Amino acid sequence: MNAISFQQVSKSFPHHRGRMLLRERVKHLFEKRQTETFYALKNVSFDLRPGESLGVVGSNGAGKSTLLGLAAQIARPSAGKVIVNGRTAALLELGSGFHPDLTGVENVYLNASLLGFGRAQTKSLFPEIVEFAELGDFMQEPLRTYSSGMVMRLAFSVAVNVDPDILIIDEVLGVGDAAFQAKCFDRIRAFRRAHKTFVCVSHAKEPLMEICDTAIWLDHGEMMMQGSVEKVWQAYTGGAAVSA
Amino acid sequence: MWSGEYSFVLKNLVLKDFRIRYRNMSLGVLWSLLNPLVMMGVLIFVFTKIFPNPRPHFAVFLLCGLIPLSFFQVAWSSGTGAILDNAGLIKKVRVPRVLFPIASVLSNFVHLFIQLGLLAVVALISGVHITLNWLWLPVILGLEVVFASGLVLATSSLNVYVRDTRYVVDSFNTVLFWLVPVFYDFAFVPRKYAEIYQYNPLAALVLAMRQVILLGNPPATVLMLKAVLVSCVSLTLGVLIFGRLKDQFYDHL
Repeated sequence: MNAISFQQVSKSFPHHRGRMLLRERVKHLFEKRQTETFYALKNVSFDLRPGESLGVVGSNGAGKSTLLGLAAQIARPSAGKVIVNGRTAALLELGSGFHPDLTGVENVYLNASLLGFGRAQTKSLFPEIVEFAELGDFMQEPLRTYSSGMVMRLAFSVAVNVDPDILIIDEVLGVGDAAFQAKCFDRIRAFRRAHKTFVCVSHAKEPLMEICDTAIWLDHGEMMMQGSVEKVWQAYTGGAAVSA
Repeated sequence: MWSGEYSFVLKNLVLKDFRIRYRNMSLGVLWSLLNPLVMMGVLIFVFTKIFPNPRPHFAVFLLCGLIPLSFFQVAWSSGTGAILDNAGLIKKVRVPRVLFPIASVLSNFVHLFIQLGLLAVVALISGVHITLNWLWLPVILGLEVVFASGLVLATSSLNVYVRDTRYVVDSFNTVLFWLVPVFYDFAFVPRKYAEIYQYNPLAALVLAMRQVILLGNPPATVLMLKAVLVSCVSLTLGVLIFGRLKDQFYDHL
């Protein structure tokens, strides 16, 4: 059984062009114009077995985040099928739901509950989260007094404590200073050793090389290539250089 | 599947709302009391000095209308924006979307509770007796929460597609102050309009509040049955509309 399976998946969005007001809606009804759609993903297929790890590369707007959103089952495909087996945790954005006026402690509880932690789980993981973030007394201060690096530390500390079968991460690996980054990578390696499935997007070659078995390259919503990280990276950067 | 606990998320969302609303204000929670007090003061001035009104316990009479009405207005208005205001979360986290409008209604319920305390104090001061029938109040207000939640589910999801929805809601809310018997008695409503009034669930709830608090009676059975019916219809419709629309939120936010 595959952990994640994409079968000829397409995802389109209606083009709004700012058309959201009633006046435009009414006009739209009478004109009977075909709604324009924009394809973020076109006919993408791949399978990921449990324990495998996949990197996604591509330029901005290539459909990487849409692909992760589909894999995380936040969005639904417009065509095709997305099958996911296992408990999934998606970190599409660090610090989802963080509020600048809440303290570090309050934000940890809010963020954890949104990510799907239960009461007991949050309570038991709390000391570990605080320790991992190394923010000391700042935990009692409102988030607006934090530097952006500190916010990221706190967000990642909550995130790495999610213990799913499938972990999906969007460009959140470049977090914090060198020491903290090393800690984060240790976590992800431990996660990999525990034979869990991993999907991430990155714009840097090194983390992909280190963490991922295979990679796919997306361009304008289409899957250009799937294969070893080295080869896909070469094709992607080479291709990008040619088209630029 | 999302593996979290609904009640834990709700609690955290309500707490967040409560904290950020009051943390940076020097008067804090007192603001919850000041608003109805000021409104009550103005209305007492108008309806005892400008239009003399012989009604006894006028302050209590007013609060019985003002408190449920202002809860409803704020809950409906803020709840309608709940999906749009949390667009960032809805596109990034797989938390059940229904929690956002519900949390919005519930966080206003906290203020309602504080204001009920005010009502009890004003009632004691003006010599209204607190009877066992006050136990009906949680039932009446519970029905109001159910009714408001249903409406909020419908309008918050519609607001994603037609963003004027919130302004329509706000206009309705302004009109409601006059169409709910807050500063006048239901008995003054001419007979031919009274029929229409009965379909206004808020008017029914205000009426029930007054029967309990001012007369010390249990609310009229017919009134409560109507309120239950309307609340259930509202919630059912809200759940249906929300369920129908929620899958496309991601595409339209």
